[in-house]
Amino acid sequence: MSYPAPKLCVDDVGMTFKTSVTSNNPAGVFEALAPVTLAIPQGRFVSLIGPSGCGKSTIFNIIAGLLEPTAGRVMIDGVDATGTIGRVGYMLQKDLLLPWRTVLDNVILGMEIQGVPLKAARERALPLLHRYGLSGFEYLYPNALSGGMRQRAALLRTLLFDTDVILLDEPFGALDAQTKLQMQEWLMQLWSDFGKTVLFVTHDVEEAIYLSDEVHVMGTRPGRIVATIPVLLARPRVRTSALTPEFLAIKQRCLDLLQIPASQAA
Amino acid sequence: MTVQDTSTVGALSELGLARPQDPTQSDAAAPAVRPIRRLPVQKDWPTWALLIAQACILVGAIALWELAATTGWIDAFFWSQPSAILKTLTIFFTTGDAWTDISFTFRSTIFGFLLGTTAGSLLGLSFWWSRNYAAIVQPYIICLESIPKLALAPLIILVFGIGLVSKVAVATALTLVVSTLTAYAGVKALDPDGEKLFYSLGASRLQVFRKLVVPFCLPWIISVLRVNIGLALTGAIVGEFIASQHGLGRAILYAGQTYDIALVWVAVLVLSTLAIVMYAAVSWVERMLRQGVRQ
Repeated sequence: MSYPAPKLCVDDVGMTFKTSVTSNNPAGVFEALAPVTLAIPQGRFVSLIGPSGCGKSTIFNIIAGLLEPTAGRVMIDGVDATGTIGRVGYMLQKDLLLPWRTVLDNVILGMEIQGVPLKAARERALPLLHRYGLSGFEYLYPNALSGGMRQRAALLRTLLFDTDVILLDEPFGALDAQTKLQMQEWLMQLWSDFGKTVLFVTHDVEEAIYLSDEVHVMGTRPGRIVATIPVLLARPRVRTSALTPEFLAIKQRCLDLLQIPASQAA
Repeated sequence: MTVQDTSTVGALSELGLARPQDPTQSDAAAPAVRPIRRLPVQKDWPTWALLIAQACILVGAIALWELAATTGWIDAFFWSQPSAILKTLTIFFTTGDAWTDISFTFRSTIFGFLLGTTAGSLLGLSFWWSRNYAAIVQPYIICLESIPKLALAPLIILVFGIGLVSKVAVATALTLVVSTLTAYAGVKALDPDGEKLFYSLGASRLQVFRKLVVPFCLPWIISVLRVNIGLALTGAIVGEFIASQHGLGRAILYAGQTYDIALVWVAVLVLSTLAIVMYAAVSWVERMLRQGVRQ
């Protein structure tokens, strides 16, 4: 092949569960995820949007190796990584900071598990905590932090795990609107600094478009990708990008695909 | 309708919102005048005053007891009396086996406490490793919990002899189950997403256990320390009641059987002091541990 293999390739991955046989389900099979294919080049920011129950979290669990798919494979750097853990950074919806560890020691968890000596791990993490808005919080415990700060710490923990691909499952879902905007800018900064390949799940159409190079709209029953929409807006983006005709056209298309009338959209 | 009959006021009064137009004109149907009440206020006495009150009650009770015994209101043979108890206490500590007995009971309690708490906590934590193993063993643990362990004490004494080991065994039996169930409750309260996070970071089972399960369950384990020290002491005393050559429990039993009521009181007094000291020590350890694990 003349093209480099995509960084992350989800190759016809499907997930079915056996259920009890009923009259409207004679096969006794529940298809949580119809075969899904995604090919994501290095350094892209790609979002998945869709209603709840569309299998977004299932895809993430499969990519992270926490769930064995019933069909297809996950390729990272052209190598089959199906069912292997520790290959991608995965940030779950909850921040899951350990309350008995300081922010610094929470952030180095991934490195610690990978066997990096504690001292070296802390030395690597400290400058990043300072650069990315957690100065003065290093030695505090998570319960002293606000929602936004906790989310920053959880994201830095994911980044410091040092994988090329990171999965973010609704990282800003629980934040208030204003904090959410700040966190989006902060995430853009991190993304352009680190050049990671990001797969991002959100319910927020505007957030998806604003952040991404590509938006995949998903549908339910079975969970599947119904459309892939490239976002070709120039970077760095600014808030007013959301008012341009291109942006609004993409938003309209996403809302149509999600079957949400524009008047109801937040 | 007692309110003036303008249409707006009438409508308001139906909603219960109308104000009387003129308070002087209100008649029998108007609400009675409400009594004026103030918020009851309690004044807190200073600490020294409370302490003096407490001391007065204690001294008063002892004096009353002494008086009642000397004047014959109560039978000093069965109830003994403070002066006799004090005399016996001095004898117990100077020429008697006070220190042997205290040390015996103390050692049985502490060994039983440490053994039961440690083994129980480890057993509870071990249920994390395998859901199948936990499902198989759990009914037995619950059975064990429902057995009154003290009922088994005579058997334990028969098996382990009348020495220290049997008292430690009774104390262990009482504390083990409590610690097991509490540690297991901690394991069950673990957030599955926490494990997911660790595994997504490529952790091994042992790493999840050491870095997540144990620190997470530690507050649970610590929370039973104070309960367990009391249970361990109970176990040790019951063990001594059944058959023993030493210990405060044996002293109480022996004194009762020989109608030395003053000695019963002395032994109970010393035992209570021992219990308070151990409880305070464990509370202190608990505080230290809590600061250590910070939660």
